[in-house]
Amino acid sequence: MSLRALIAAATLVLTARQSSSDVPHRITGDVQRGQQTIVRLECGVCHVIPGIPGARGRVGPSLAAYRRNVYIAGRYPNLPEVLVRFVRDAPSLAPDTAMPSIAMSEREARDIAAYLYSLE
Amino acid sequence: MSEMRLPSALHAAPGSGAELLSELGLVLYCGAGIIFIVVVALALHATFAKPSPAGTRAWIVGGGIVFPLLTLFLLLNYTLAVGSAVAALESGTALQLLLDCFGIDAQKRIPPPSPGTMRVHVIGKQWWWEVRYEIVRGDTSTAVLANELHLPVGEPVELLLTTTDVIHSFWVPSLAGKVDMIPGRTNRLILRANTPGLYRGQCAEYCGGQHALMALYVKSQPRREFETWLQRQARSVTRPDDAFLLAGYEAFFKGTCPDCHTVRGTPATGKSGPDLTHVGSRYSLAAGTLRNHVGTMAGWIAGAQDIKPGNAMPDSEIYTGRELRALAAWLGSLE
Repeated sequence: MSLRALIAAATLVLTARQSSSDVPHRITGDVQRGQQTIVRLECGVCHVIPGIPGARGRVGPSLAAYRRNVYIAGRYPNLPEVLVRFVRDAPSLAPDTAMPSIAMSEREARDIAAYLYSLE
Repeated sequence: MSEMRLPSALHAAPGSGAELLSELGLVLYCGAGIIFIVVVALALHATFAKPSPAGTRAWIVGGGIVFPLLTLFLLLNYTLAVGSAVAALESGTALQLLLDCFGIDAQKRIPPPSPGTMRVHVIGKQWWWEVRYEIVRGDTSTAVLANELHLPVGEPVELLLTTTDVIHSFWVPSLAGKVDMIPGRTNRLILRANTPGLYRGQCAEYCGGQHALMALYVKSQPRREFETWLQRQARSVTRPDDAFLLAGYEAFFKGTCPDCHTVRGTPATGKSGPDLTHVGSRYSLAAGTLRNHVGTMAGWIAGAQDIKPGNAMPDSEIYTGRELRALAAWLGSLE
């Protein structure tokens, strides 16, 4: 494959990704920081999370391809603001959830949500 | 509790036995390096220099007998002196002389235990550490905790090390050398750190499937802070008033938790698992495996076998989501 063809192919792939990530999962968070926060808070104790070492918990659902989930916890629309709230304080949305309210800042929650939306 | 700054395990804490061991290592490595260079130089000289029969006997006797004898004699005494200083043996006159000869001054020696020395029993288990402070001499039942040890800064603390199952080895690299925990025996180790800090320890003798996840934290802190901490560890807990925490308390007794765990002040008196009376105050869960917060607590209760497969704690699968959260919150509140 020539260099030109390679660049063309890469551009095609990148633009395709771009268009699929526009709506509705737009979030102001840092994916890399989100990944670090997930490691630090050890979310992997309960969840399978691609890209997080040792994250193979079965207590909660797998978060693989999270971006494609239509519902959060099978119940709430998977929208950025809803996800941010759920990550930080799940019981305030779902009183019967097993997921505790975890101490973190708004920014950390946004970063985590951004990371989850990077999982396709 | 979530922010932990740990020094490298290669860094010996000031005033600890590890400092003397680290100096010993340095002397051995540098000495071996110098001898190696000299031997290589002599070998090159012997290969390339013009042969001369003069002084052959002196080289053989000097380099082959006198030098190794002298070096080994000095090294043997030095290692014995370090061993004595680290093991806190009573300083008799001969020992004193030996220690002085090798520049191990009184500041660096770990003092032998006096009648007032704090005694702590550490019992290795698969795969965690039970820690029992003797607040009153001979009584090991008032302050019981797990996977964590606190020391007053600058004071020697005597550890009595044993095990109830297989052989483990107690090792906090920044503070002291390894000491094995052997069934039916009690080994002694004196720990001391002259500066406040947090150190990590690790089981250093393979003890089964989760040996790698058998760690502990050692915290050295100012005397007053240490005493406050110890008094709190000795306290019992009471039934909570808050409705959510009470739901957690009830969930604890709804499950099989009290069969294995003790929470002093409650009907829970299980003996085979860690005492949970002040579990909320600890740095880690599952023997240094997880940080300690409400999320990891809930995850550990419901998925202990995912996190540490084969450990004695089963996955608790009987709780509703709310009960699990309440249970994790109640345990976390036990500080």
